[in-house]
Amino acid sequence: MLASLAKIFPPDRFLASAAGTAPFECDGLTAFHARPLAVVMPETREEVVAAVKWCWENRVPFVARGSGTSLSGGSVPVAGGIVIALNRMNRILRLDPVQRIAVVEPGTINTAVSQAAARHRLYYAPDPSSQTICTIGGNVAFNAGGAHCLKYGMTSNHVIGLTVVLPDGEVAELGGESLESVGPDLTGVYVGNEGLFGVAVEITLRLLPMPETYRTLLAAYDRLEAAGDAVGKVVAAGFLPGAMEIMDRLAIEAAEAAVHPGYPRDATAILIVELEGEKAGVDVEFARLNEVIRGTGAHDIRIARDNDERLLFWKGRKSAFSAVGRLSPDYIVQDGVVPRGKLGEALREIERMGRERGIRVANVFHAGDGNLHPLILYDGRQHGALEAAESLAGDILRLCLRLGGSITGEHGVGLEKRAFMAEMFAPADLAVMQRLRRALDPRALSNPGKMFPDGSAPALTAHGMHPLEKAGVISRE
Amino acid sequence: MSASPQAPTLQPRTIDEVVAAVRETPRLLPFGGGTKPALSLAPPGCASLGLCGLSGILEYDPGEYTFTALAGTRLSEVAAALAANGQYLPFDPPFADAGATLGGAVGAGLSGAARQRYGGVRDFILGVRFVTGAGELARAGGKVVKNAAGFDLPKLFAGSLGRLGVIVEVSFKVFPRPPRTATLRAVFPDLGPALGALVRVNQAAFDVEALDLEAPGVLWVRLGGSADTFTERMERLARLTGGVTTVLTEGSDQAAWERLQLRLLPPGSTALLVKVPVTAMAIPELDRLLGQAGADRRYGAGGNVAWITWPGTAAELDRFLRTQRLAGLVIQGAAGTPLLGATRGDNFRNRVKAALDPEGRFPGYH
Repeated sequence: MLASLAKIFPPDRFLASAAGTAPFECDGLTAFHARPLAVVMPETREEVVAAVKWCWENRVPFVARGSGTSLSGGSVPVAGGIVIALNRMNRILRLDPVQRIAVVEPGTINTAVSQAAARHRLYYAPDPSSQTICTIGGNVAFNAGGAHCLKYGMTSNHVIGLTVVLPDGEVAELGGESLESVGPDLTGVYVGNEGLFGVAVEITLRLLPMPETYRTLLAAYDRLEAAGDAVGKVVAAGFLPGAMEIMDRLAIEAAEAAVHPGYPRDATAILIVELEGEKAGVDVEFARLNEVIRGTGAHDIRIARDNDERLLFWKGRKSAFSAVGRLSPDYIVQDGVVPRGKLGEALREIERMGRERGIRVANVFHAGDGNLHPLILYDGRQHGALEAAESLAGDILRLCLRLGGSITGEHGVGLEKRAFMAEMFAPADLAVMQRLRRALDPRALSNPGKMFPDGSAPALTAHGMHPLEKAGVISRE
Repeated sequence: MSASPQAPTLQPRTIDEVVAAVRETPRLLPFGGGTKPALSLAPPGCASLGLCGLSGILEYDPGEYTFTALAGTRLSEVAAALAANGQYLPFDPPFADAGATLGGAVGAGLSGAARQRYGGVRDFILGVRFVTGAGELARAGGKVVKNAAGFDLPKLFAGSLGRLGVIVEVSFKVFPRPPRTATLRAVFPDLGPALGALVRVNQAAFDVEALDLEAPGVLWVRLGGSADTFTERMERLARLTGGVTTVLTEGSDQAAWERLQLRLLPPGSTALLVKVPVTAMAIPELDRLLGQAGADRRYGAGGNVAWITWPGTAAELDRFLRTQRLAGLVIQGAAGTPLLGATRGDNFRNRVKAALDPEGRFPGYH
């Protein structure tokens, strides 16, 4: 059967040996592994169509994959299925500064878009922290987020057009080059489909003008809850910061050890707040922000004097995950969301649950949009440690739901959280989503087993850091 | 049997009544305030389902920048509640003063001039509760500003035109309203230089609240923020736009945008009021042809949408849009079906329609 697939691709772009497929057996969530039947590496839309049609006709499941940085196991292969690796389709097809759009292939690296747009003083806003390696196609499939979602939204708010290959090989053109559209927002429902609606082969992104200026402050607190409450006060005072991030003591210590950002060492928690926009407006707002922060009980407030100091504030934040990873042989990252006003309560509860169970939890998260990222530290070599960590992770998700939030802010459901879909949604909600999925993929061949609790789960075996994570290339946030 | 919004056959007051109405009525079309007649008028043989009885803000915590309301809640009620807390609907839905509802704004997928700053209705909807054509009450999305769980059906319902399901409840993200606004009017001899100025403003690092172009040559740029920043910012902006510039503040700023907002055609008009998504590059040719056809037109959202008053028939407009490879949505006037021209993704949309409305209870798109 594979022989007919091998005919579509030259030998160097068709991998079926154990050695060839090994690098594709897991993604950023290293706990899951599965061995695909073969890996194909298309270079054109036509080759994607041919591969998808082959899968359809032979009833073989497939997973489209970019750089494999998914933190929810979203790009883990289906055992015995095909991996369609899109990294070679990485061209920026068009960059139009007048319409402020970039038309890209799915294997384009996230930061490559902003790099290409920089000469026009434009940029692509979504900035998942794996952005130097993750692809736009993967960002589209999982509706990737980042540190700027309150003000700028997620990937779906920046994708305005798509050419997609549906799971039976039919091609559909969604949206276009205008920011406006008529009829149901098909582009909008496609983004975040977790690979269940086929393969996006051409993606039209909107670009934004680079802000004229940034103003950044860092506030230190002696209680984590106080930092969480400060976020609520900033928002209640009518600010719309580009980013608001919190790190707790464990994360601060780890970041200091790793990249020496010079954070206040006596802080139990730090809050970074950044305003951006036109200089005249930002200066006025920043002065007011300082007033508000002074009323939140911060014992140390630092203001970035220049861009170098601003980047130093951010360097510690961006390195925090891999830095915390060094404190422990293994860790699980959770991605739940709570209403901002419940941040303090959520953090207190997480702290309590960790203490009661004797499990260390570090917190580094996107506070501005209530997106928690508790890092649950464990040692996979100890009997029962993984299970205990997973149990805590599950209880944190339930806490997020109880507080009115979501089980995932930006990592997606994937394999990891599919059992929790039934806790967030009612049977009727899931039935409608399943019917939509079946209308687009009647044979359920496109990334089956993700998002919905159906299909067989791959083995939950390995632990440890992703090789790229060890190398400091990616981080889990 | 035929029905119209003026004489709706069904006026549910609870979500349960909506579910019952959908289950018991073989063909129906939901509508809200009826402010967009081409979208609210049910075709012959199709009952009307009026949702104004399903009204009220269910949750609003200003500190969260989110709210949840029933679909029939009037936009004016939402706007007043938000304004009391210094917040607003950043996508600026039209016809709010005329009685448009939240559900209607979502279903129509219409955003106003202020969408320039942060995005349109699809960018602010967080969650939706709806009744499918199969009579199921379902929910998708969430109530928090960031959420990636499940398919993004809330966005799908933006622009769904009541043909995928009946929206009964929606959750939105909102933002703090700029404390003050001021407007720069730049007048040019014709479209070319006005469009050039629009593109320059669009590309520059200006935080612009609204950017509209009135053919042939009047550019309107609105800034927001603290009033003591306006003098400096307006000077920079005027240098960038060129043209004959005037700064409008306070009442004259307000009046300018009230005049520019989307309005229904006068009673007795046989023209069509149409929304057409465009790109700045396509505007010169489109504008020339629209001028020849005797159509009034204005360009909003930084040149991303044309609001057109088409003097001819829907069939003529459909042909015109197809030759320009554009799609249009008829808001007012006799159109048969509201979607015209070269719509994209019809094959994908048909599958979505079959999943959400398997029995064809709601009208089709074409």
